[in-house]
Amino acid sequence: MNQSLILIIVTGALINNVVLNQFLGICSFLGVSKQMKASVSLGGAVIFVITIASAVASLMYDYILKPLNIEYMRTIIFILVIAALVQIVEMFLKKKSPAVYQALGIYLPLITTNCAVLGVALNNVQDGYNFIQCVASGFGTAVGYTIAIVLLASIRSRINEKDIPAPLRGAPIVMIAAALMSIAFMGFGGLSF
Amino acid sequence: MKKYLERITNGLLKENPVLVLMLGMCPALAVSTRALNGIGMGLSTLAVLVLSNLVISLLRKVIPDQVRLPAYIVIVASLVTVTELLIKAYLPSLYESLGIYIPLIVVNCIILGRAEAYANKHTPLLSVMDGIGMGLGFTAALTLAGALRELLGAGTIFGARVMPAGYEPMLIFIQPPGAFMIFALIIAVMNAIGIKTRQRQLVESGCDGNCALCATGCDQPKAAAAQPAGKITEAPKAVSPAGAQKAEAKPIETKPADAKKEGGVEA
Repeated sequence: MNQSLILIIVTGALINNVVLNQFLGICSFLGVSKQMKASVSLGGAVIFVITIASAVASLMYDYILKPLNIEYMRTIIFILVIAALVQIVEMFLKKKSPAVYQALGIYLPLITTNCAVLGVALNNVQDGYNFIQCVASGFGTAVGYTIAIVLLASIRSRINEKDIPAPLRGAPIVMIAAALMSIAFMGFGGLSF
Repeated sequence: MKKYLERITNGLLKENPVLVLMLGMCPALAVSTRALNGIGMGLSTLAVLVLSNLVISLLRKVIPDQVRLPAYIVIVASLVTVTELLIKAYLPSLYESLGIYIPLIVVNCIILGRAEAYANKHTPLLSVMDGIGMGLGFTAALTLAGALRELLGAGTIFGARVMPAGYEPMLIFIQPPGAFMIFALIIAVMNAIGIKTRQRQLVESGCDGNCALCATGCDQPKAAAAQPAGKITEAPKAVSPAGAQKAEAKPIETKPADAKKEGGVEA
C-alpha cells in the first residue's frame, strides 16, 4: 500500500509530469514563469488547491455521483466544486492565516481556470483511484507542476541575459526551453519500482 | 452580410486563437500528435464554441452581470458533456485518442474568452459566426501543427505516407517535446514574416503591465524599463474573475484593453 502511494506520487510529479507530458496548465506555465518569486507562490497555491480539490472531487464522485448513477455529470460537478473550493479556500486563508494569504493571495483566483486542477480530478476517477490514492495523486501532480514552473522560471532568468535571434524572442524561445525540459523529463520514464 | 463573413476571416487569420491570441494552448499542444486528431479536437471545440456563443448571446439580457462567469461555466460544461457523450457514442476511436481533453474543453480559454469578449454583447447570429470563425481558426492551427508533427514524426499526413521510404521518422516530434518545438517554430516563422502575436503587439504598444498573461518575456527594453516592480506584483489581480468584472465595467477604448480582457479568462 505504502509502496503504491509513493509510486503514485512519483509518477504524478516526474514520470507523467502534468505540464511537460500532459500539457495541462500551459497558460500559467508560460505566463507566470517570467518571475521566479511569482512562480514559487503560484506553485504553492497550486499544491494547496489541487490536493484539496482532488480529495473533494473524489468524495463527490464516490458518494454522490456513483450512487445516483450520474457519472457522466462529472465534468459539470467537478468544475463547480473547484470554483467554489477556490473561493472558500481564499476566504478561509484571508481570515485565518493572512500571512499565507499574502503569499498566495493573488494567485489563488487564477487557479479556477487552470486546467490542471480539473484534469487531475478527471484523471483520478478515470484511473479508479480511492480517496487516499486521489489525494496522493493530486499532491504528486501539483508538486510536478511546481517543479516544472520553478525550473522554467530559472531558465528564463538566464535566457533574458542572452542575445536571441529576433524571430525567436518571446514565446518561441520559452517553448523551446520547455521542449528541452520535456525531453529531460522523458528520462524519468525509465524509473522502475 | 459582409460583417458576418468578416467574423470568419477574423477568427481564421487576424485573431487566430492559438497562433495570434495564444489561447487554448493546452489542447493545442496535447492533441496535435496527428493531423486527424487536430481536426477532431478542432471540430469538437468548434461545435461547443458555436453552441455556447449562441446560448450565451441569447441569454445575454437574462443573466445578471455579477454571476455571469459561473453561469457561462455551467452552460459550457453542459454543452461539453453533451458533445462528449455524442463523440463517445458515434466516434469511439476519436474518443479514445482525445481522451481527457474532451471534458477539458470546459476550461479551454477560447470558449470563455469569446463568451466574455464577444457573445455577451452581440446578436446571436453574429455570435454564431464568431464561434464558427474562431472554431475554424483553432481547427486550422491544430491541423497544421498536427500535420507537421505527423510528417516529421511518422513520415505521413492523415495516415498517408508522404516521405520517401528511406525516411527515418523523428519520433520525438510525436512525443510531448515535439509539441513545444513545433509551436515554437510556427510562431517563430510567423514572427519572422511579420505576423505578430497579440502578446508581442501588446509589448510593442507599451505593455499593459499584465505580466501574468504575457508570454513574451518583455524583450523590448523600453517596455521592460517602463514597468516598475510594484506594478508587476499587482498585475495578476486583473485576471481574477473579479478583476475581469471590473475591467468589464469600463468602456473598451483601445485594442490592448480588449486583449487584456480576453486573456483574463485564459489564465
